[in-house]
Amino acid sequence: MTLPRVSIQTADFDLSAEVAALRAGDPGVGAVAAFVGTVRDRNPAGYQGQAEAGQVSAMELEHYPGMTERSIEAMIDAALARFDIRAARVIHRVGLLQPLDQIVLVAVTSAHRGQAFQACEFLMDYLKTQAPFWKKETTPEGARWVDARVSDDAALQRWGIEAGGNAG
Amino acid sequence: MKIQLRYFASLREALGPSEVLELAEPATIGAVRDTLIARGEPYASALARGRAVRTALDQVMAAESAPVGEGAELAFFPPVTGG
Repeated sequence: MTLPRVSIQTADFDLSAEVAALRAGDPGVGAVAAFVGTVRDRNPAGYQGQAEAGQVSAMELEHYPGMTERSIEAMIDAALARFDIRAARVIHRVGLLQPLDQIVLVAVTSAHRGQAFQACEFLMDYLKTQAPFWKKETTPEGARWVDARVSDDAALQRWGIEAGGNAG
Repeated sequence: MKIQLRYFASLREALGPSEVLELAEPATIGAVRDTLIARGEPYASALARGRAVRTALDQVMAAESAPVGEGAELAFFPPVTGG
């Protein structure tokens, strides 16, 4: 059975089970790097122009069905071409999430740690700037869409990739 | 020719999830955006020049110079914020 490389789902995920499935049957794997993103309950002062730190009570995730899956598949193909890695897995949750919830998993297997770490970070940087997901936060002041961060585009550029898109 | 328009996130809230647009002749993404802006509100504000709006053609990120063909799916959305 071939495991899916990309899952967009409302359900939670189990890091241990996903890593076990990703490396199952591959004795060439010497390293697994995994990143788990979680929903936090506050944003720092200065975030989106706020004077003070803000409470976040919920987060709603929207995606573009079809495009989201395909764009992440293409990112994984790019990572496989660029790094000496053996397999990769991305899970991103959508719908309504709460602080403490897991939101995203990127896991990569490789013979050695260096390529696994790099590919994992590359996939996360790519995902943050190129995969069509949008976050809406609920705060004491009401619900609002999260603005994209310039620092995320800068993170992608260190891989020699322009964030692209139409600024105007 | 007819094209399918889709909107996401804040643009979906302002403009609705989707609509079919009839075009008299082939156009670029940028020209379609201008056509929508010319309708007035709420399109004029949501898609205003100077606002960061990203576009995808048939579910691939595309620049405003890209031509839009018959039956295309053209999506407008804000910069993405996943992860």
